[in-house]
Amino acid sequence: MRFYRRNIKRLISAAAALRRNVMRSMLTMLGIVIGIMAVVSIMEIGNGASRTLGKSIQSMGANMIMVMPGAAAAAGIQQGSGSAPTLTPADVEAILLDCPAVAAAAPVVMARTQVVYGSTNWVPANMFGTTPAYLQIRDWKNLDEGECFTEQDVRNSNKVCIVGKTLVTELFADCSPIGETIRIQNVPFRVIGVLSRKGANVMGMDQDDILLTPWTTLKYRVSGSALGQVNQSASAGSPDGVNSFGDPYPRSHLEFYPTLTTTQMINTPRQTRMTTVDQICASSVSTEKMQMAVDQINATLNRTHHVRPGEAGDFSLRNMTELSEMFGSTTALMKSLLLMIAGISLLVGGVGVMNIMLVSVTERTREIGLRMAVGARGRDIMIQFLVEAVMLCLIGAMIGIALARGVSMVVTLLLNWPIAASLPAMIAAVSVSILIGVGFGFYPAWRASQLDPIDALRYE
Amino acid sequence: MHNVIELTDIVKTYQRGEITIPVLHGITLSIEAGSMTAIMGASGSGKSTLLNILGCLDRPSAGTYRLDGLDVTHCSRDERAEIRNSKLGFCFQHFHLLPRMSALDNVTMPLDYGDSGLSPQQAQDRGAELLAQVGLAERMDHEPAQLSGGQQQRVAIARALVNRPAILFADEPTGALDSRTSAEILELFRQLHTDVGVTVVLVTHDQNVAAHAKRIIHIQDGLIAA
Ligand SMILES: Nc1ncnc2c1ncn2[C@@H]1O[C@H](COP(=O)(O)OP(=O)(O)O)[C@@H](O)[C@H]1O
Ligand SMILES: [Mg+2]
Repeated sequence: MRFYRRNIKRLISAAAALRRNVMRSMLTMLGIVIGIMAVVSIMEIGNGASRTLGKSIQSMGANMIMVMPGAAAAAGIQQGSGSAPTLTPADVEAILLDCPAVAAAAPVVMARTQVVYGSTNWVPANMFGTTPAYLQIRDWKNLDEGECFTEQDVRNSNKVCIVGKTLVTELFADCSPIGETIRIQNVPFRVIGVLSRKGANVMGMDQDDILLTPWTTLKYRVSGSALGQVNQSASAGSPDGVNSFGDPYPRSHLEFYPTLTTTQMINTPRQTRMTTVDQICASSVSTEKMQMAVDQINATLNRTHHVRPGEAGDFSLRNMTELSEMFGSTTALMKSLLLMIAGISLLVGGVGVMNIMLVSVTERTREIGLRMAVGARGRDIMIQFLVEAVMLCLIGAMIGIALARGVSMVVTLLLNWPIAASLPAMIAAVSVSILIGVGFGFYPAWRASQLDPIDALRYE
Repeated sequence: MHNVIELTDIVKTYQRGEITIPVLHGITLSIEAGSMTAIMGASGSGKSTLLNILGCLDRPSAGTYRLDGLDVTHCSRDERAEIRNSKLGFCFQHFHLLPRMSALDNVTMPLDYGDSGLSPQQAQDRGAELLAQVGLAERMDHEPAQLSGGQQQRVAIARALVNRPAILFADEPTGALDSRTSAEILELFRQLHTDVGVTVVLVTHDQNVAAHAKRIIHIQDGLIAA
C-alpha cells in the first residue's frame, strides 16, 4: 500500500515537473513522436503491402502447382524446359488417384493463334485447352455470364469455349458473347461462358486475356497434331498447320506402310506413345498442405514415369509458394530497411531526451540539493529523473502511435490498401520508448544522484 | 538533560586541488537536548561549515560526532540522508523553496522520502497545521514567488518541522530579511523552542538574536573562542 502510494506520488510529481516546462517537454518529445510514428506506420503499411501482395498472388491461384514436362536432350543438345513430351492425361488421372493432398488437377494444352469473330480478330495471350477443374484450381469458378464447359464436352471434344473479359472487349465490343460463334484456325467455337474479371497478376500480365476450351478440342481439332508436338504454339501458329475442321479424330492420316495383320502386330510390338499435354495444373487442398501435395505428385509421377531413384525426373514442379516467398522476402527487405531508418530517428530522439534531461538536471541542481538536504537518498533522486524521462518517452510514444494511425488511415484512403492497426507494433513501440527513456535517462539521472547536497545548494 | 550533540576534536579541511584549506581546527562541543543555542562569529570563520557537519550534510575530516548517542561520523550517504529526514530540520539563509509548487506541497515534500506512515490526507493535514502554526493559514496555496521573504522563511521553517525533528538547525535564517521581519522570525524560533520543545541551533550575526538564546558559542578562525 505504502509502496503503491509512493509510486503514485512519484508519477504525479514527474508529471508536474514536465508541466512546469511544457514547451521544452513537447520539443523533447518530438523526436520520440516522429520516431515512433515512423516505426509504427512502416510496420502497418508494410503489413498492408504484403497482404495486398498475398491477395494478388492468391488471384493467380494460391495453392496452384504446375507440372512442366522436362527438357528434351539429344546428343548433348538441351532443348530447354518443357520441350520433352512427357506428360500425359493419364498422369492427371494418377495424380488424382494417388495424391490425397491434391484437391484438383487438370491437363493444359496451350496454343497461341488468332481468334476471329465477324470482322474483328484478336490473339489471346492465353489460349488453354483444359478441363472444368482448371477453374477450381485457379479459384475462378464464378463466371460473369453463362457456364463452363463440362467433362462431357471434354470427352466429346465439343467446340465450345469460355472467354475472359479482355476478349469480350476486343472481339465483341463489350456486348454479351454468349451463343456467338468465333473461329479459331477456321474451327467454329460456340462461346458458352464469360469469366469474371481477375485483373493483372503480380507480374503485370493481363489475366483476363484468356480463352478456355476442352483440351481435347484444342489438341485434336485446332492444333491437329496428336503426336510429336509438345507445344501447340508451333503448329497452331503456323499458317500451314493442319486444319482439322471436319477431321474430328486423331491419327486419321495416310498410312505410309501397309496395315499389319493381327499376328504381325503381336509379333512386332511397337512402343506406343500416349497423347501428351503441355502442362498439368493441380491445386493442394490447403496452403499448409502445399509441400505435402508437391511431394505426393513428385512420388506419383516418378512412379508412372519409371524414374529410377537418384535419377532426375523428366518433369518439374512449380508452385506459387516460391513466387510468394520471393515477393515476400522483397517486401520484408524493404520493410526492414525502412524500419532501420525509423529506428535511427528514434535513436536521435533518445539522444534529444538525454540532452534535455542533462539540461534539466543542471537547471535543477539547487532543487536536487534541497531534496537531498531534507532526506532524499541518491536513489530517490535517480528514480525521480528516470520516471520523468520514461514519462516523456511514453507520452511521446502515445502521440506517435496516434499519428501513425492517422498516416495509415490516409494511406488506406489513397492507396486502398488493407491496413490494420498492428497490436504487436504498438506494444513494441511502447516498450522501445520505455527502453529509450531508461537508457537515455540513466546517465542524467545518475549524475543527479551523485551530487553533493552542499555543493548543489550553493550552485548558482 | 542529556547531551543530544557531542563533538570531539572536529577538524575540517577543504581540498582544492593542490591547496588544502583548513577551516575548523578542532572543535569540542556539546549541546543539551531542548536548549536553544546561537553560533556567532565573523564571516568566513567557519560557522556554516560547522552547522553543515552538525546537520549531517557534511562529514568532518577528523574527530567524532555523536548525535543522540549514535556515531554519525562513519555513516554512509544513505544513512545520513535518513537521519536528516527523520531527526533533523534545516532552515537556510536563502529559504530554498521549490518554485512553482504551493506552500503546502513545499512543506509536505520531505514526507515523500521517509517512512512516516502518513496517508496523503494525514500528510496534508500536518502540513496545514504547521503552516497555521507559523501564521500562514491563509497562504497555503501560494507559490513561493507570491510570498514575501519573511513568509517564505516561515514556509521553510514549517517544512523543517514536518517530520517532527529533534533538532532544528538554521543558518543565518534572517540574513536575507529586514530587521522587523527578522525579529518576527526569531520570535517564531523562540516560540517553537518553548512551546514545542525542539532543540534549536542557529547561526547569526545579530546580538539581539543571540540574546534570545540560552547559550552563545563564538567561533573565531575555526576555533571556539572562550
Ligand atoms: N567547499 C569549500 N571549498 C573550499 N573552501 C570552502 C568551502 N566551503 C567553505 N570554504 C571556506 O571555509 C571558510 C569558512 O566558510 P563558512 O563556514 O561558510 O563561513 P561562515 O559561514 O562562518 O561565513 C571560508 O574561508 C570559505 O572560503
Ligand atoms: Mg555562512
